[in-house]
Amino acid sequence: MSTLAVHDHGVVHHEEGHEHHHKATFLNTYVFSQDHKYIAKQFLVTGIIMAFIAMTLSILFRIQLAYPDKSFPILETLLGRFAPNGRISPDFYMSLVTIHGTIMVFFVLTAGLSGTFANLLIPLQVGARDMASPFVNMLSYWFFFIASLIMLSSFLVQKGPASGGWTIYPPLSALPKSMPGSDMGMTLWLISMVLFIASQLMGGINYISTVLNMRTKGMDLWKMPLTVWALFLTAVLGVLSFPVLVAGVVLLIFDRSFGTSFYLSDIVLNGKVMPYEGGSPILFQHLFWFLGHPEVYIVIMPAMGLSSEVLAVNSRKPIFGYHAMVYSLIGIAVLSFIVWGHHMFVTGMNPFLGGVFMITTLIIAVPSAVKTFNWLATLWRGNIRFTPAMLFAIGMVSFFISGGLTGIFLGNAALDINLHDTYFVIAHFHLVMGSAAIFGMLAGVYHWFPKMYRRMMDERLGYLHFWLTFIGAYLVFFPMHFMGLDGVPRRYYAFTEFESMKRWLTVNVFITWAAIMAGIAQLAFAYNFVHSIFWGKKTVQNPWNANTLEWTAPIEHHHGNWIGEIPTVYRWPYDYSKPGHDEDFIPQNVPFSQTMSSNLPHDFEDNPGGLEEHTKWTNAQKANEAVK
Amino acid sequence: MGFKQLINSKKTLSLFAAFVLFGTNQLMAQATAAADTATVDKSAMWTGVGYYVLLFFVASLCVAILGKILRVYDLTQKMQGKKGLNWNGIMGVCCALFLITGMYGAFWSLDVQGSMKLPESASAHGVAIDSMFTTTTILTLIVFVITQICLFGFAFVYRGSDKRKAYFLPHNNLIEKIWTIIPAAVLTILVVFGFFTWQKVEDSSQQKGDLNIDVTGHQFAWELRYPGADGKLGSLNFRLYTALNKLGVDFKDRNSLDDISADTLVLPVHQSIRLNIHAQDVIHSVYMPHFRLQQNAVPGLPTFFKFVPTITTAEMRRKTDNPNFEYLLYCNKICGGAHYNMQKVVRVVTQAEYQDWIAKQKPYLSDPLKKELHFADATPAVQVKAASNRLALNN
Ligand code: HEM
Ligand SMILES: [Cu+2]
Ligand SMILES: [Cu+2]
Repeated sequence: MSTLAVHDHGVVHHEEGHEHHHKATFLNTYVFSQDHKYIAKQFLVTGIIMAFIAMTLSILFRIQLAYPDKSFPILETLLGRFAPNGRISPDFYMSLVTIHGTIMVFFVLTAGLSGTFANLLIPLQVGARDMASPFVNMLSYWFFFIASLIMLSSFLVQKGPASGGWTIYPPLSALPKSMPGSDMGMTLWLISMVLFIASQLMGGINYISTVLNMRTKGMDLWKMPLTVWALFLTAVLGVLSFPVLVAGVVLLIFDRSFGTSFYLSDIVLNGKVMPYEGGSPILFQHLFWFLGHPEVYIVIMPAMGLSSEVLAVNSRKPIFGYHAMVYSLIGIAVLSFIVWGHHMFVTGMNPFLGGVFMITTLIIAVPSAVKTFNWLATLWRGNIRFTPAMLFAIGMVSFFISGGLTGIFLGNAALDINLHDTYFVIAHFHLVMGSAAIFGMLAGVYHWFPKMYRRMMDERLGYLHFWLTFIGAYLVFFPMHFMGLDGVPRRYYAFTEFESMKRWLTVNVFITWAAIMAGIAQLAFAYNFVHSIFWGKKTVQNPWNANTLEWTAPIEHHHGNWIGEIPTVYRWPYDYSKPGHDEDFIPQNVPFSQTMSSNLPHDFEDNPGGLEEHTKWTNAQKANEAVK
Repeated sequence: MGFKQLINSKKTLSLFAAFVLFGTNQLMAQATAAADTATVDKSAMWTGVGYYVLLFFVASLCVAILGKILRVYDLTQKMQGKKGLNWNGIMGVCCALFLITGMYGAFWSLDVQGSMKLPESASAHGVAIDSMFTTTTILTLIVFVITQICLFGFAFVYRGSDKRKAYFLPHNNLIEKIWTIIPAAVLTILVVFGFFTWQKVEDSSQQKGDLNIDVTGHQFAWELRYPGADGKLGSLNFRLYTALNKLGVDFKDRNSLDDISADTLVLPVHQSIRLNIHAQDVIHSVYMPHFRLQQNAVPGLPTFFKFVPTITTAEMRRKTDNPNFEYLLYCNKICGGAHYNMQKVVRVVTQAEYQDWIAKQKPYLSDPLKKELHFADATPAVQVKAASNRLALNN
């Protein structure tokens, strides 16, 4: 199994020598740092800021949905031309939902989540001194940063930000005259996205090569923690699918600016016959969802990995079915490339093709189910320690179940006919992706905060944050299922024009206030986060009694992670509460020779020498017993 | 958190009361003022905002004080040699409470809000979809209840203590096989039924006796075109668009001469209807949820949906106990600023009523359009040529 592990000590020595050439300046320590731990923190803080911005946008459009006829002078003061007479304009409403979705999916849950934890955990958990290419890693952050600025700057242009939905289907996004947001705002969106994808590719290539080439001695693939597996497979998905979105985006830029018609045909806009001919809007949807579906797994897989780790550590139990967990991750990763058509059942795609996509889609539910059951089995007969991280991981599982089950409705093409683009879909993906991934990310933040900032976060504020957010998210998204079942469409500015939808207004008011409550709860997190960075309780080296390698590194950060030699790995990362051992955890770098009393024959499956030792030892023990 | 020590709870309580009094006064005043005059007072606006900000600070203060109290309690307990607050136990109990209230809430929501869902399907194929929906709902609800009970139940039952050690259980191949195979089997059944239903529903091939109706979406309305006595719709060419020939109907095609335009989508009950769906500018979506029908309208790609309405509007009004009930067709694909108001009334009537109605509709080829096309002498060929000179770059 260890054939892939490369132990290149030459590289390590080189890096150690290399370190002394650099002079630490303010600029290369705090701004253009190439240290993966610092880059992780940059990704995290940027991600959190973007999350707060996107959350504010969502509160704005929730206010519009709850009070469609009411005027809020404060909105006009704050938003100016976007909210004439204190009411958000229909076009700006569309911009709000578009930018909210874009920021949340790409900037928070892709870059903020993978960027933070792949950077922090991959080198520390596989036992490497840094990423394969620290410089490219730094570039990855700065491309992301510039992409974020450009995306936000679109609020400053006259006609407002892009507004065609986060999926930017042409022709709406291709014809600048079809809506205000499709003008300058869409151009900025596309530029930002190209930079963003460049950032993702630079990051992804680094993560992959680090995992494949820079593992420490003994760390074969089957000894890697599930976090590393998840982050690795996520990077693979990203590297394979993001380029396809670039292709789609570049063709869209051509259609917008150079008069081509890749996506356009037979168009009469505002009474003007347009010259486009021969293109297909459906082509864009194929290209978009070829990325788009893997993208949702790019979002959830790191959250799965982080939660798996947190659940095992805090249940004081091995993760149940480690191999099954890895194989189901691989299965999800592979299958996620052949299900994209389930977003296009009613687009006019050939119905037979739709049927095939329906089969592949429901197959992907099997590995998802296996993961869920294994998480539950991990909790069973555990000795559960409710840290805030643990609560968020449990919440992640709960959301994943609730949202995943509705996927079975949507994946069934016949049922999707009536559910597509309704609030049912909103409920589905906000639970299974939005809430689950955010909870996985928050579990990670609470759990690895001591590793990042050398201090602890306040637990009780963490509890408050968890319960308000958890209950809030369910109150917001659960009722939306039923709106969808009543045929209420998503992306509607107001439901006042339909007699049949007016009865949902009270529910909308309720949802909005639940959202505001959950939003305010995030301030508890923000306060806790910032306060703990500076004034939190100092951490000990291994605050959670965890097995993985990052907790063997010193508390103080060093460029190179470990002083002296990198620890060697002898065992898998989940030896928690092993019978026969006095403590309830055995770190990965403890050799079996030091734990004779707790070793199991199973530990020596591919190590005949060790097994012989083990048998000898047990026989000796038995002989001793007999003598007594 | 030094500032919290500065505050003692008596002071805050009285302050809080003062804020509430002041705030409600202000808000009331604002409400009456707004009712009296149309112009909104800026200062009133800021007091309103200020009120909420203050309220937020008061709430945070309360949280901070509560935290302080708990910490003091914790410390005194510990000083007296007792155990401090057992947060682990508290959180375990919270999980159990959440499970109970959450389950109650979910079923309340299912019951109350679930009953607000669409009425029974008004189309033949919709019945099959609805029964599949019911099956799926039952299956998923069972899984939902069991898994959530396990999740929060285990969290509660196995909440940690120092006395216990967890049970070392790295894997169990048998049980893992079981819970791979069972979902796979259940999903296979769902897929098989789904697949065949889907194939049947989506079969929109032209058959004799189908009533073809043209639905065309543009920003932000739907246009309808019915065939005339010949039962056939004339062909379209987007380049022929003019203010009078909004759909770009090609009148070189004989079939188009007797086509009819209509305002309401009137459908004869129990008749096979074939919608021919077009879009002129951006993608729209024909969504008729009561008929379990949706199909995108894509520029350059005509799409179809075939269905049989089974319940007339009048009957549905009786069934839903709502004398104003109307079937609707509305747009369900983001298409611009007024996407939220792009609807058409759909009315299902008896055959006789339908014949009555169709006889009263106006021909698409209106008199002004005839004039524009110089009908009888000139053909629109000139226009076609003019338009095709402006070719797209990649052609
Ligand atoms: C249990 C397996 C799942 C199945 C069978 C499933 C199925 C589907 C289907 C068929 C749709 C399209 C619905 C429509 O637009 O009409 C959909 C939408 C979506 N799903 Fe899932 N899903 C599953 C799990 C997930 C997961 C794990 C995620 C993300 C982590 C996810 C994220 C999304 C998103 C973001 C959308 C909406 C995209 C949009 O239209 O804006 N789904 N899902
Ligand atoms: Cu998908
Ligand atoms: Cu629309």
